[in-house]
Amino acid sequence: MKLKLATLALAGAMTAAVPAMADLVFPSLSYRTGPYAANGIPFADGYADYLTLLNERDGGIGGVPIKMLECETGYNTEKGVECYESTKGEGALVYQPLSTGITYQLIPKATADGIPVHSMGYGRTSAKNGKVFPFIFNYPANYWDGASIAVKHLLDLNGGDIAGKKVALVYHNSAYGKEPIRTLEELAKKHGYELSLLPVDHPGQEQKSQWLQIRREKPDYVLMWGWGVMNQVAIQEAANIRFPMENFIGIWWSGSENDVLPVGDGANGYKALTLANPGMDYPIYDALKTYVYDKGMAAGAGDQAGTVLYNRGMYAAMLAAEAARKAQELSGVAQIDAGMMRDGMEALAITEARMTELGLPNFGPEFAVTCENHGGSGLGKVQQWDAATGKWNVITDWIESDKSIIDPLVLEDSAAYAAENGITEGCN
Amino acid sequence: MMPDQLLFAMEVTLNGLMAGVLYALVALGFVLIFKASGIFNYAQGVMALFAALTLVGIMDGQVPFSHLINAMFGTDIHDFGWHVPAVLAIALTMVLMVGFAWLVNRLVLRHLVNQEPIILFMATIGLAYFLEGFGDIMWGSDIKKLDVGLPQGLNAFIDDTTYGWFGYGFFIDNLDIVATVIAALLVTGLVLFSQYTKQGRALRAVADDHQAALSVGISLNFIWVLVWSVAGFVALVAGIMWGAKSGVQFSLSLIALKALPVLMLGGFTSIPGAIVGGLIIGVGEKLFEFIAGPALGGATENWFAYVLALLFLVFRPQGLFGEKIIERV
Repeated sequence: MKLKLATLALAGAMTAAVPAMADLVFPSLSYRTGPYAANGIPFADGYADYLTLLNERDGGIGGVPIKMLECETGYNTEKGVECYESTKGEGALVYQPLSTGITYQLIPKATADGIPVHSMGYGRTSAKNGKVFPFIFNYPANYWDGASIAVKHLLDLNGGDIAGKKVALVYHNSAYGKEPIRTLEELAKKHGYELSLLPVDHPGQEQKSQWLQIRREKPDYVLMWGWGVMNQVAIQEAANIRFPMENFIGIWWSGSENDVLPVGDGANGYKALTLANPGMDYPIYDALKTYVYDKGMAAGAGDQAGTVLYNRGMYAAMLAAEAARKAQELSGVAQIDAGMMRDGMEALAITEARMTELGLPNFGPEFAVTCENHGGSGLGKVQQWDAATGKWNVITDWIESDKSIIDPLVLEDSAAYAAENGITEGCN
Repeated sequence: MMPDQLLFAMEVTLNGLMAGVLYALVALGFVLIFKASGIFNYAQGVMALFAALTLVGIMDGQVPFSHLINAMFGTDIHDFGWHVPAVLAIALTMVLMVGFAWLVNRLVLRHLVNQEPIILFMATIGLAYFLEGFGDIMWGSDIKKLDVGLPQGLNAFIDDTTYGWFGYGFFIDNLDIVATVIAALLVTGLVLFSQYTKQGRALRAVADDHQAALSVGISLNFIWVLVWSVAGFVALVAGIMWGAKSGVQFSLSLIALKALPVLMLGGFTSIPGAIVGGLIIGVGEKLFEFIAGPALGGATENWFAYVLALLFLVFRPQGLFGEKIIERV
């Protein structure tokens, strides 16, 4: 009864505070064209469909309709910044650029404008330190978590001892691909494995040299930080040289259907990390069918539901919506602004009970965001591709990254950023 | 027994030669058009993408423009439900590429006769962007698996044989071997076509001197349609070879970047130049990566190909096989 009264009081306060409601604006910096379109489309569709669901089923968030502003970046950093500049004045609440390059450019801009950025599983890893990056969030996990999760999986496979093992990192020769190197080097010191680095230049269409080197040096395991065509070519080359696929593990951006389907049976057994579960076996898909798909309101061609990247886009939208809900609760108004959204993101707590309520039971990790930790729990799972059924199967439980290695690196890198930019660390 | 490093270098060299053939396949399309019309066709890479997209679309029975049709009319159509054999699909794709060549000539080139080369070049940039978007709308942006029955993966015979000789089995990709055979057939066919057919001789005449060719009754329009059609065929072959490696996707259009140093080195007007240039670039970049890559942090191939081409240009500005341009005042 008390809860009902509190809810009614909150709803009343919200209504009273905002006599004429505008929309809650969620920009979507998508890429449906260009070399990375095949990955950008499912993410953008998942993001859009979830927000459409909230509008159609719930009338938005807290009674305020959602307005999604989609802007095409082509995965081009300059265009991404243009999209940001052209949409920020529309009342944008949070940006999710799906590009490490764009994220890096937006960090100072969005901070100055007071608009939060959520780079979910990408972007600048040390943005995890909210005392230095108050407007940047990268929950539920970041690249350094990914590196550590991959190494922990190798430890699990080897009874906790990978000393003397040879691990090769095949990476996109860019800021994104270089992100895990420092962590993997630190982990190599701790666990005694031998790390070799194999950069691949954009776009990664030709990787013969790298895979001949792998064939010669016979690493026990290959890790991959790739994106776009680099992933498909790497998996094909690994199959060509008959590298054992179960010893080949990609980051979560190297683990979609797009990466393995072109390789056919050769990709069987390939592994990748994941931030959330694949597939459509969740009640939310019933709701999506009723309120979005059957009404002909699905984004794009409507053919991406259930894919890894669609689920990730949907998850990103869900986290944004939950943060907006939290912001409404904290501020007592339904028509929140970007500053309130930031506060909501910083107070976000995702529990299994809430995920179940949202129709996504056992889908993503539980985590709570704080000022000190904008990066969430740093949990990930390992999934493995089954070419016969054409499905990713999750093969581990949640694996937690090694915070004893990652947290000091985060503090070191964020402190360097703070010093460079004259930022005084602190929480509000 | 040979030292390991020498064996590895031999393996890298062989793979470099094979990669060079794939680069040369892309470069050939540029050479054909430049030779006949003096146009540097910026759209050649996109033509390879468009040809490969069309091939897969036809093979899979995909309805062209289905996304657009569904969005406009609320329908839910995607494919015809049939599968077209690869050979027939290749033939149908070629028909489309000939149609494309005719349209390019009719709608673009005819209106730009006697314009500066830079204008024609700019027109091909526009063409590239148009074709990129048109291909997306026509066939969609998803990554498509291309399976025309080409073998792929380790060649067991070479692996076993070299293992027997040296105690180390060389890796050669079956697809690269097929590409080499196809490239050899393609070049032989092009040489025979240009030497022994009436159309081929007309093409050479236009390449030598447009005005003189026109004065003896050769139709410039016909030759341009012909040469763009042949370039379309070369683009299709390149699209098949590269598409089989990575799936057919937008990035195929970027393979043109691998052809530029080949053209600089081999010359823009020589078919043998494209082949030899491709081989030199392929071997050069792979060997350099093998020898110096570890010390330089790797990923040297992209920039080294251009450095190598520039080094050749210092001594032969027209490229290895390019024609020396002598202008008399």
